[in-house]
Amino acid sequence: MSVPEIVDSFAGQVNRITLGAAKTDGGTRSSTVTVGGARNVVYGGSAEDAGEKPVIAIDVIDAKPEDWPDVLSEPYKDVLENPADWAKKAIEEFGADLICVKFDGIHPDKADKDASHAVKVTQEVLKAVGVPLILWGCGNDERDNQIMPKVSEAAKGENCLLGTVTEDNYKSLTAIALADNHHLITEAPLDINIAKQVNILVSDMGFPLEKVVTFQATGALGYGIEYSYSIQERQRLAALGGDKMMAMPVICDVGYEAWRVKEAKLEDAPGWGPVQNRGPLWEAATAICLLQAGADIIRMRHPRAVAVVKNFINQIWK
Amino acid sequence: MILIAERINGMFKDVKQAIAEKNKQVIQDLAKRQTQAGASYLDVNVGTAAADQQGTMQWLVETIQETCSIPLSLDSQKTDVIAAGLKVANTDNGIILNSSPLNKKTDEEVLEKYIEMANQAGPKASIIALTMDKNGVPQDIDTRVAIAAEIVQKAMEKGFDTQRLFIDPIILPVKVPGAQVQPANILTAMDQIRILAEPAPHITVGLSNVSQGAAERSLINRTFLAMAVSHGLDSAIADVFDQELMNVLATSEMLMNKQIYSDSYLKAYKPT
Repeated sequence: MSVPEIVDSFAGQVNRITLGAAKTDGGTRSSTVTVGGARNVVYGGSAEDAGEKPVIAIDVIDAKPEDWPDVLSEPYKDVLENPADWAKKAIEEFGADLICVKFDGIHPDKADKDASHAVKVTQEVLKAVGVPLILWGCGNDERDNQIMPKVSEAAKGENCLLGTVTEDNYKSLTAIALADNHHLITEAPLDINIAKQVNILVSDMGFPLEKVVTFQATGALGYGIEYSYSIQERQRLAALGGDKMMAMPVICDVGYEAWRVKEAKLEDAPGWGPVQNRGPLWEAATAICLLQAGADIIRMRHPRAVAVVKNFINQIWK
Repeated sequence: MILIAERINGMFKDVKQAIAEKNKQVIQDLAKRQTQAGASYLDVNVGTAAADQQGTMQWLVETIQETCSIPLSLDSQKTDVIAAGLKVANTDNGIILNSSPLNKKTDEEVLEKYIEMANQAGPKASIIALTMDKNGVPQDIDTRVAIAAEIVQKAMEKGFDTQRLFIDPIILPVKVPGAQVQPANILTAMDQIRILAEPAPHITVGLSNVSQGAAERSLINRTFLAMAVSHGLDSAIADVFDQELMNVLATSEMLMNKQIYSDSYLKAYKPT
């Protein structure tokens, strides 16, 4: 029995954005990254409708992470205290498409580092690698509003992806991203309505919607991934239906979420298989699931998981 | 919602006068303001005043296109007036031929001619087809739906994509004696028209007609709009300057889950 081919077509599409500025565009990047552009759901429509290949950003933490399990720290053990070398390794050895500098170190409950530290890390990473950067705050509104504008300024003209802004805290970062010509990440807590609201709010400040990437607090496999999946799917369908407030490419934070769950890191767990494999598998499975919902940029951590997901992307987006 | 803005119509006094005086500014101002207000298309109707309908249609189209690139809806019951407009219209972003009945006593093949003209106007050209035939506007639900079905069938026979077809079930002024039963009839007809083809044809109405001659025009228009959206209306020829109407439209589409809710949804709403 033949299976009928069902092809839906849509009027709208996901915005296509390019991160990173080369010398000719006022930056110093040796390569840029373009994502978005899909005119259909993943696996739907023709190959031309699939848009740009999703990309992987490997996390580089600005200060040595104290809570990473050994399996995760091991591949980075020689660079954990040096973000520039870390970024280099992530690009040259592990094949990241871009780097996400995550400023956990500026959080008052963590390393409590100051702005000069954050600026220094930004400058060093920019120097060490030629790919575009994602510059991601610590999640403490006060510290982010105080320090991230300085980080943004240190990367002025490089066309980075700066984040994140939320419904309750969006003005400072939106203004500085606009001034320094960066792209912006709008965040919502797994809530499609709030996601739209934040986009309207930043748009109201004059920030171009074509330079926004949306982020929904990601759920890992077994820990709410179905919510992430259905929200992203709904956003993709809204984008395809022509909703300009929902037509942004999507970023997911898979690395942090996957390595937070006990299945990924518990060493003494009879019957669960070797701990060396569990974490990378958990991370890869989470990433692949969210790619199918329509994620455009995936933040990841373990190099083995990155390799699996890259292989998947290359097979699906030819 | 595909909104076709109604104001460039020779039946309005200011437009009639602008046509008589060849005053481009009045037309261009209306074109710009309707575009900003959220129109997807601008309707262009020469009205009845001008002696040279074809020439007037061309003048209107050219005048609008000097300042706006928004697609147009060429509105006339005369094939040659639409054809004249098509000669000068930019159809790259789409165009609507507004409108054809299924057939006429004087022209059995009128719909075929519209389809032919639309095909020549490019892949984005659409047609509004009225659920009326040589016997006039039907009063009952079944005849309306039967005519719509024939229209869809003819389009399919000609290989004309049903997504380029707008069915207009013709809303009559509610104030006309005996016509008060029609709005409810039309809603029922819409439910059936929607399922005539897959993908479904668009359904449109000349919204302001429903309140013609009545007091409380805006209220009647927007109430019927909300009701019709809940029955699958996805296009309307309407007054996009009516802010209350636009708010009701945004809210209706949000309540029908066609637009994602957000606290500022009214601000975000832009018809597609």
